[in-house]
Amino acid sequence: MLIPCPQCGPRDIREFTCKGHETYMHRPSPAAPPEAWDDHLHNRDNPAGPTREMWHHVAGCGAWLVVERNTVTHAVTGAMLAREVAR
Amino acid sequence: MRYSGWQVLAQGITGNRGWRPAWRDTAPKPAYDIVIIGGGGHGLATAHYLAKRHGLTNVAVLEKGYLGGGNVGRNTTIVRANYGLPGNSEFYSHSLKLWEGLEQDLNYNVMHSQRGVINLFHSDGQRDAAARRGNMMIAQGDDAILLDRDGCREILPYLDYDQTRFPIYGGLYHPRGGTARHDAVAWGFARAADRRGVDLIQNCEVTGIDIENGRVTGVQTTRGSIRARKVGIVVAGRSSQVAAMAGMRLPIESHILQAFVTEGLKPVIDHVVTYGMGHFYISQSDKGGLVFGGDLDFYASYAARGNLPMAEHVVEAAMTLMPVIGQARMLRSWGGIMDMSPDGSPIIDKTHVEGLYLNCGWCYGGFKAVPGSGDCFAHLIATGQPHPAATRYRLDRFATGHGLMDEEGTGSQHNLH
Repeated sequence: MLIPCPQCGPRDIREFTCKGHETYMHRPSPAAPPEAWDDHLHNRDNPAGPTREMWHHVAGCGAWLVVERNTVTHAVTGAMLAREVAR
Repeated sequence: MRYSGWQVLAQGITGNRGWRPAWRDTAPKPAYDIVIIGGGGHGLATAHYLAKRHGLTNVAVLEKGYLGGGNVGRNTTIVRANYGLPGNSEFYSHSLKLWEGLEQDLNYNVMHSQRGVINLFHSDGQRDAAARRGNMMIAQGDDAILLDRDGCREILPYLDYDQTRFPIYGGLYHPRGGTARHDAVAWGFARAADRRGVDLIQNCEVTGIDIENGRVTGVQTTRGSIRARKVGIVVAGRSSQVAAMAGMRLPIESHILQAFVTEGLKPVIDHVVTYGMGHFYISQSDKGGLVFGGDLDFYASYAARGNLPMAEHVVEAAMTLMPVIGQARMLRSWGGIMDMSPDGSPIIDKTHVEGLYLNCGWCYGGFKAVPGSGDCFAHLIATGQPHPAATRYRLDRFATGHGLMDEEGTGSQHNLH
């Protein structure tokens, strides 16, 4: 699997660690009820097919990426810098 | 037909013409008391124990492919009860006791072999942890022996004891652990359930779960609708998809776990051995293949195959621990779809829908749990109460934070187990 890092170009997945679904981009407010935090931390759509995930280019530029990937075929279809997605 | 030595003899001298299919290939009836979704090890075991322990035989097991075609056919066949935390400890102890009587119970040779599991350790800290775990196992009523370096060398002479990076300090020996023939476990449970009248329905994919006024009333399938008073979901790698049919969002992420087998060799490895400093564990099948595996690829996947980085890591760890393996040729590799829960422990519980039950989250440890999971899930479905060995496998433990079973001590969060 190659991940197209926007800063470094296509790089081997050995350089990355996967944090999980991009639900981590949608953190509840500190004042949100416990149910919202439970949902955020634990529950997942867990799609079989296209998904969006947080990957860390830990052995590269160090950027956090939002990667579009297919969990059935392992095809990687895109990657964006998380800080730009968050804007 | 009851299997026995006499049958083998009698069939042998009459040209083996009398053998019959081990189970009926049934079409679905319009209604059942209980429908089990998932014809893998856990689903078939659930059906067996529903029939055997609770006398419930108006039961159907629905399988979208063929029986035993999922994770029960895609594992490394290890059976053990070496857990430490309350919840897991009593459950896996219960499951191992069921394994020990399983072949008589099922009248089927599952080739259960209590050859012993040895978890190696490579530092003083790991030795302390192993001693503690061994004491927990003994306190649970199971067995554990702390081996020193010479003790390991005596029974595992083929390991590299001279390497300086991760020297072998000793191992925690669990003599009652071992392996079983994975396919035979599925077939044995299938045949035993079928003999008691359970319908095993293959090529029957569930496409919807019928719910009326908060109560389950049946399922929609590719072979028509089936009414049921109770429905059990036990579908491992497809838990999230099937639960979503009942409006549930599970604390599950599906990951890929790879395993590998070499060509058949003469006996070399007598036990199950795990490496404490790399992701590698190994045993030898009765056919002679060295069966080994490592850790998750660590990204969500339904592909049932992994990528090269983890394959590379596992082989490197293998060469570090037992260089002799370098002479063997790898035959094939495969991947199973692991339903990973945040704390690494499973879920056997009711759901918010009356009559709908959930069994999932077995992570990478589902095979050894097959009899225990089936027994406990059957108990829950039949009586409405959790089995005494599975009272802590609650779905709500993540929401409440009470009773988390984080066996590895890494935290109750996805991607940490």
